[in-house]
Amino acid sequence: MRHIISILMENEAGALSRVAGLFSARGYNIESLTVAATEDPSLSRMTLVTRGSDQIIEQITKQLNKLIDVVKLIDLTEGPHIEREMMLVKVKAAAATDARNEINRLAEIFRGNIIDVTSNSYTIELTGTGDKLDAFIRAVGHEEILETVRSGVSGISRGDKSLSL
Amino acid sequence: MELTGAEILIRCLEDEGVEYLFGYPGGAVLHIYDAIYKQDKVEHILVRHEQAATHAADGYARSSGKPGVVLVTSGPGATNAITGIATAYMDSIPMVVFTGQVPTSLIGNDAFQEVDSVGITRPCVKHNFLVKDVKDIAETIKKAFYVATTGRPGPVVVDIPKDITAEKCEYHYPKRISMRSYNPVVKGNKRQIIKAVDLMLSAKRPMVYSGGGVILDRAAKPLTDMTRKLGFPITNTLMGLGAYPATDKQFLGMLGMHGTYEANMAMHNCDVLIAIGARFDDRVTGNIEKFCPTAKIIHIDIDPASIAKNVMVDVPIVGGVSNVLKEMMALIAESKQKPDQKAMAEWWAQIEEWRGVDCLKYETETDVIKPQYVVESLYKVTKGDAFVTSDVGQHQMWAAQFYKFDKPYRWINSGGLGTMGFGLPAAMGAQFANPKATVACVTGEGSIQMNIQELSTCMQYGLPIKIICLNNRALGMVRQWQEFFYQGRYAMSYMEALPDFVKLAESYGHVGMNIEKPEDVVPAMEEAMGKYKNRLVFMNFITDQTENVYPMIPAGAGLNEMILV
Ligand SMILES: Cc1cc2nc3c(=O)[nH]c(=O)nc-3n(C[C@H](O)[C@H](O)[C@H](O)COP(=O)(O)OP(=O)(O)OC[C@H]3O[C@@H](n4cnc5c(N)ncnc54)[C@H](O)[C@@H]3O)c2cc1C
Ligand SMILES: Cc1ncc(C[n+]2csc(CCOP(=O)(O)OP(=O)(O)O)c2C)c(N)n1
Ligand SMILES: [Mg+2]
Repeated sequence: MRHIISILMENEAGALSRVAGLFSARGYNIESLTVAATEDPSLSRMTLVTRGSDQIIEQITKQLNKLIDVVKLIDLTEGPHIEREMMLVKVKAAAATDARNEINRLAEIFRGNIIDVTSNSYTIELTGTGDKLDAFIRAVGHEEILETVRSGVSGISRGDKSLSL
Repeated sequence: MELTGAEILIRCLEDEGVEYLFGYPGGAVLHIYDAIYKQDKVEHILVRHEQAATHAADGYARSSGKPGVVLVTSGPGATNAITGIATAYMDSIPMVVFTGQVPTSLIGNDAFQEVDSVGITRPCVKHNFLVKDVKDIAETIKKAFYVATTGRPGPVVVDIPKDITAEKCEYHYPKRISMRSYNPVVKGNKRQIIKAVDLMLSAKRPMVYSGGGVILDRAAKPLTDMTRKLGFPITNTLMGLGAYPATDKQFLGMLGMHGTYEANMAMHNCDVLIAIGARFDDRVTGNIEKFCPTAKIIHIDIDPASIAKNVMVDVPIVGGVSNVLKEMMALIAESKQKPDQKAMAEWWAQIEEWRGVDCLKYETETDVIKPQYVVESLYKVTKGDAFVTSDVGQHQMWAAQFYKFDKPYRWINSGGLGTMGFGLPAAMGAQFANPKATVACVTGEGSIQMNIQELSTCMQYGLPIKIICLNNRALGMVRQWQEFFYQGRYAMSYMEALPDFVKLAESYGHVGMNIEKPEDVVPAMEEAMGKYKNRLVFMNFITDQTENVYPMIPAGAGLNEMILV
C-alpha cells in the first residue's frame, strides 16, 4: 500500500541524510521526498511517499520516530488528507501552429498556467495529485515534451487535525 | 573565567562524573590532550589501537552500568573506532565517543586526516553531533550523555573540529536537558500491563524469555523476584545471562541456536510467552514461521521499534523493564487469581523430562583437554564470582553454556555484531571498573590475535586479567560450519603459524602458561588466581581441535529441531 508520511524534524544539517540513510540501510523504498523549513525556521517538514505492507509501514514509522531529530510524524494516509504535487513541463509549441492552441486548451482544462513562452516552446506550471500530473503528460503526449520536473508530493490532513508542536 | 573548548570538554566530563577516558592521541585532538595533561580529575587510559579504546569503554559500561567514554583523533583514529562503535550499537551499550576533526575552515577539503566522521558513523550510532561553535560544546556533551544513557541506550559520537577546541568561552554545564524531539517512554501502559498479568496468571504452560534489556536496565532483581513468585520457567538470551541465577531450578539455560534443549523445547511448546527486554533475534527464533506456534506473546521493550519487528505479539508493552515489572508485581500481589497449580505441575514434569536429556553433556574421560571442561573449571575456581568477557566463536558459546552466572552484569560479550577482538579490551574496561574483582577473558587463538597489542596496555596499567585461551588451532566456529554444511572442506579455518603465547605474554611482562593435560587445568587456574593474583596470566589451553558446540539449530529449522550431538 502507498503511504504518505509527514515528518516534522529539527532543521539541522544532516537531518535529511539521517532519513535517507535509514531508508537505504533498511531497504525501504522512497517514491518521493520533499523537504523545506516551516514557518518556524527551527523545524523542517518532510513529506515522504513510500510503499509497503502494514508491517513494514509500522516499522518505517517506528524507525523514523526513533531518529533523534524527528520531533513528530503522522501517516497522512490513515485519515482524510489532501496531497498535491507541482510540475513544470516544457513542451514543443512552435509559433503559429495548431500545437500552440492545443497546449493552451489542455493547460486550461488541467488548470495549469503557462509561465514561459518562446518561439518554439511553452512552459506550463501544473499542480494536483500525482495522477492528475500523469494524466496531463499522457494528454500532451511524450513526443511533445521537452522536459518535466516534479516537486514530489506534499500533503496535509483535512479538517482541524494538524501536525504541529 | 573563559576556558578553551578543550578545557570545557574535560570539565564537562568531570561534571558528568566520568572516571576514565579511553583514547589515543593525534593532531586534531592535541589541544584536548593538553587540557587532559593539566588536570587530574579524569584519568586518560592509553590503549594501543582505537578499536580497543571503544571496546574497553564498552566493557567498562557493561560492568559498571555507567557510560563508557572514548577520545580519538580525526581520520584514521575515527575509522579505527568504528568497529567498537558498531559493536556497542548492536548491543545497545551507552557510550560517548569524541572524535577530533580537521579545523572548520578545512572541512570538506580532503584535508589531512579528514574523514566525514558524522557520515561514516551515522548508521551505527544512536545519534551524532558535529560541534560548530565553542559555545555549543557543553550543551552538546550534555545531550550526548543524555541520549546515550536513556531510553534504549547506545553510542553517541561527538565530532569536534580542532579550531573549536582552541577558541574560548564561559563554561557552564547544564544540570538538566530536555529535547523536544527525544522523550523515551519508560512507564508502561497500565491497561496493557493489566492484560499481560491476566494472561500470565491464566497460563498453563508459561515461559519467561528475558534478554539484554534486563541487564541494561539493571533489573535482575525485579525479574528474579517476579519469576520466583510465579514459579515460571525462565530462559535468558546470550545477552541476558546472569539476569536470573543460572543455578536456580527454574532456570532452563540459554535459548536459541546454541541454547539448551529444555529452553528451546519449552519455548516451542509454551502457551504464554513473556518476552522481557529481548528482541527476537534470528539466532534466537530460528525459522520465524515455526516460532512459538502455540503461544500468546507478551513483549516488554523500551524501544517501540523492537516490538512486532520480527514476531507479531499479542500484548505489546512499551516501557522500561524495572518500571513495568514493579507494576506487574503489584498487580500479581493484589490478584485473587493464582497460577494453575495442576497445569504448572504437568508443565514442569514435561520440562524435567526435556532437562533429563542432559544436552550439554560432553566426554570427560579423555587425554585431551575438552574446552567445556576448561570453562567449568574456571567457574569452579572463581566460585562463579568473576567478570567474564569473551571473544567470538566456539569458546564464546562454551563460556555462555558452562559458566553458571548466578550474578548479573558479569558476562560481557559481543552478541549482536559478533566482534572478534572484543574480549581483551573489554576485560580491561571491566577491570578498571572493578579493580578488586577477578576478570577473565575467555578467548580463542584466533580472536585474541585481533587485539593482542593490548597486552601492552595491560602492562602499563597493571591489569591482572586472566586470559583463558581455548587454543584449538582453528577458527573453530567456522570449522564447525564447514564440517556440518560444506562436507568438511576446511577453507581457511585453520590457524597456522601461531605464536608461542607464553613467550609473547612474557615479552610484555606478563605470566604465560601452556596447559596441555586435563589434570593440569585446575591446578594451573589455582596458581593463576592465587600466586599470580596480581599479574596478568595468559593461559594457553591446548584443547580438542575437533570439538563442536552442541546443541545446534541449523539454519531454517524451528526451535524443536535441534541437533543434539
Ligand atoms: C557466534 C554467536 C552465536 C550466537 N548464538 C546465540 C544463541 O544461541 N542464543 C542467543 O540468545 N543469542 C545468540 N547470539 C547472540 C545474538 O546474535 C543476539 O545478540 C542476541 O540474541 C540478542 O539478545 P537480546 O534479544 O537479549 O537483545 P539485546 O541485543 O540485548 O537487546 C536488548 C533489547 O532490550 C531492549 N531494552 C533495552 N533497554 C531496555 C529497558 N531499559 N527496558 C526494556 N527494554 C530495554 C532493547 O530495545 C532491545 O530490544 C549469538 C551471537 C554470536 C556472535
Ligand atoms: C572481526 C571478525 N571477523 C570474522 C568473524 C567470523 N568468525 C566468527 S567465529 C570465527 C572463528 C573464531 O576463532 P577463534 O577465536 O579461534 O575461536 P573458536 O571458534 O576456535 O573458539 C570467525 C572467523 C568475526 N566474528 N569477527
Ligand atoms: Mg580457535
